[in-house]
Amino acid sequence: MKPALHAEWTKVRTVAGPLWLLLGAITATVALSAAVTSVMSCGAAGCGDDPTKLSLTGVGLGQAPVAILAVLVISGEYSSGAIRTTLAAMPHRVTVLAAKAVTLTGVVAAAGIVAVLGALAAGRLILPGRGFTAARGYPALSLADGPTLRAAVGSILYLALIALLSLGVATVVRDSAASMGVVLGLLYLLPILSQAIGDPNWQRLLQRIGPTSAGLAIQATTDLRSLPISPWAGLGVTAGWAAAALLAGGLLLRIRDV
Amino acid sequence: MTPTMTRYRSAQPAGRDGFPQLLRTEWTKFRTVRGWVLGMVAAAVMMVLVALLAGAGSDQHGLPAVPIGPGGEPVTDSFYFVHRPLGGNGSITVSVAALRGGISSDRAGLRPGIVPWAKAGIIIKESTRQGSPYAAIMVTGSHGVRMQDDYVNDRAGLPGAVSAASPRWLRLDRSGDAVTGYESADGTHWTMVGTVHVDGLGSTVQGGLFVASPPSVQGFGTVPSVATAVFGNLRVQGGWLGGHWKGGQVGPESRTFSGYPANAPGSFTDSGGSVTVTGAGDIAPAVRETLPTGGTIGDILTGTFAALIAVIVVGTQFVTAEYRDDMIYVTLAASPRRSRVLAAKAIVLGAVTFVAGLAGSVVAIPLGKRLAEANGVYLFPVTSSALLRAEVGTAALLATAAILALAVGAMLRRSAGAVTTVVVAIALPYILVAQIPFLPAGASSWLTRVTPAAAFAVQQTLVPYHQVTSISTPYNGYYPLAPWAGFAVLAGYAAVCLAVAAVLLRRRDA
Repeated sequence: MKPALHAEWTKVRTVAGPLWLLLGAITATVALSAAVTSVMSCGAAGCGDDPTKLSLTGVGLGQAPVAILAVLVISGEYSSGAIRTTLAAMPHRVTVLAAKAVTLTGVVAAAGIVAVLGALAAGRLILPGRGFTAARGYPALSLADGPTLRAAVGSILYLALIALLSLGVATVVRDSAASMGVVLGLLYLLPILSQAIGDPNWQRLLQRIGPTSAGLAIQATTDLRSLPISPWAGLGVTAGWAAAALLAGGLLLRIRDV
Repeated sequence: MTPTMTRYRSAQPAGRDGFPQLLRTEWTKFRTVRGWVLGMVAAAVMMVLVALLAGAGSDQHGLPAVPIGPGGEPVTDSFYFVHRPLGGNGSITVSVAALRGGISSDRAGLRPGIVPWAKAGIIIKESTRQGSPYAAIMVTGSHGVRMQDDYVNDRAGLPGAVSAASPRWLRLDRSGDAVTGYESADGTHWTMVGTVHVDGLGSTVQGGLFVASPPSVQGFGTVPSVATAVFGNLRVQGGWLGGHWKGGQVGPESRTFSGYPANAPGSFTDSGGSVTVTGAGDIAPAVRETLPTGGTIGDILTGTFAALIAVIVVGTQFVTAEYRDDMIYVTLAASPRRSRVLAAKAIVLGAVTFVAGLAGSVVAIPLGKRLAEANGVYLFPVTSSALLRAEVGTAALLATAAILALAVGAMLRRSAGAVTTVVVAIALPYILVAQIPFLPAGASSWLTRVTPAAAFAVQQTLVPYHQVTSISTPYNGYYPLAPWAGFAVLAGYAAVCLAVAAVLLRRRDA
């Protein structure tokens, strides 16, 4: 396993794409969070919003570069033919996939920490100026607050799980363009669909089973009873998607020709 | 004797290198790659499946009926009405000396303030039934005197707010189906605002004073508001029946009326010469905020997003696969005029995607509509030309997006980079405007004006009305550009990218 990890780490480190995509993920997360928090306002009708969740809105955008990175980690090897060399050098194919998953989780978690902390810092700086003040019952965002810490850690885990889900899908599909299509569809179609549906029961069902909508429940800190799914159970749904995708990818990698 | 030479002739017909042959070549490539054909089929199927889900996943049985105006459009027809029957012809005159209001607030209960389209004036209406035809002249919160009829028609009179120092005098004259509105600043010098023909008024109508105050748009939602007007010099002439004025709320329980603010009910008091009326609601066409449960063709076509991703992937691969498999050498050797190769690819891809997209939308819309209506969902009405435009426009949107993907693929020569670029350019702005309700109107307007996602305007079937304050964002189904202007933005991007790709393809080694 160790040489496999070393090989995968070298690949990630020496290609320019992953670094740019990770920087893109950080930028997208912080930028959207800053943009959204800076247009919120506590009007006469009250704030009625969850400041932690608002500050972490950018994760929904930052997951796209993460997913693209995860797709490229394996499909890049298929398009360049490097997969043949890789598998010739490491005939134990599942180990290769495991090494890719571990390396990917590591780099995505590292970028995720920066992105999530940046987004929370943006919220902490911007929200008081938009009326979210301690006097109105909104103390400044702080990781010392239990639910906020859970939302922050959960968002980092969420990004890692999205990366693993995308890796699994790309291992099944192999072609980079097609895998990206499938992954982006999975991430964004269900949330859009649940808005087009009028029936609240259907909406909640879709929000419970969708990898994004369920997983992002981890960001909620207020009004947890009204969530379609509880925070950790939601992250569990995303983990289930990731596990299923990786399992399918691992199986197909073993039984298919390269 | 000279031997006769027979020149060799191949049994194959001579090959040709014309453009039709090139088109045939590209068509053969397209139809023989299973993944591409499946991608196009998947695009159409996703549109239909999502429409089915959107239609089946709603159940609105048991909700009160939506009031429908004389023109067939959904309307808000809820207001406080102080009325008497009028048999035959007659006129009514009144002066308005004050129009005040209150807007709901969670801390103060009701804070003073008047919404721009608060209305107080006189009205002649077929009956108190919601949606019945009418003509009215009124003062408004901040749009001056207006004369309106049958919900959608609006004409302006004197500008300026009303106060005790500058009252407004209003008069309506009914003669058959013709109603003429007059206004005056002093009660002696009158100007005609307009004459309207109200079809279906009938002989005996209800006429009198009315006050309405639509919900106040605050941020990304609305809160109830209320208005109070002080009327004086009430005079009627002609066939008015019944001895005294009756007050009451028209349409108190309605899909398009969100009610009064707490502890501020409608009322009227007649204190000899001066009549004070408090009311809420509106007499206007319904928009997305006032009828949030209403469905649109755009909702049914939500699957366009999935189809868009599918056609972007196929469009990119249609050229990048040639680079990946080194097929491009053969292609360019066989057809050395490289721009023509790109043109042939664009035509074949565009045509195939258009057909797939049209099949998807033509099947999806009626199915989604029928299912939604079977579930009691009210769908905003669509003219047949707008429906056709949404169907053809969606197909054209997908075809043009596929061509854009092809062009970017030819520029970058790698599928991963090309798919990412095109998705960021068109799908990402759409996700942002369609998914984030609190995206500021400025940002979402910019995103649907400048980026290729502007083309989603072809799916707009909601009609905007200037006389209703609403949140006109793409999230609510209102796009900043006209349908085909929005499409032209996408087409412009595709044309420019195709031109750049053609230049690069000619200049670069394959």
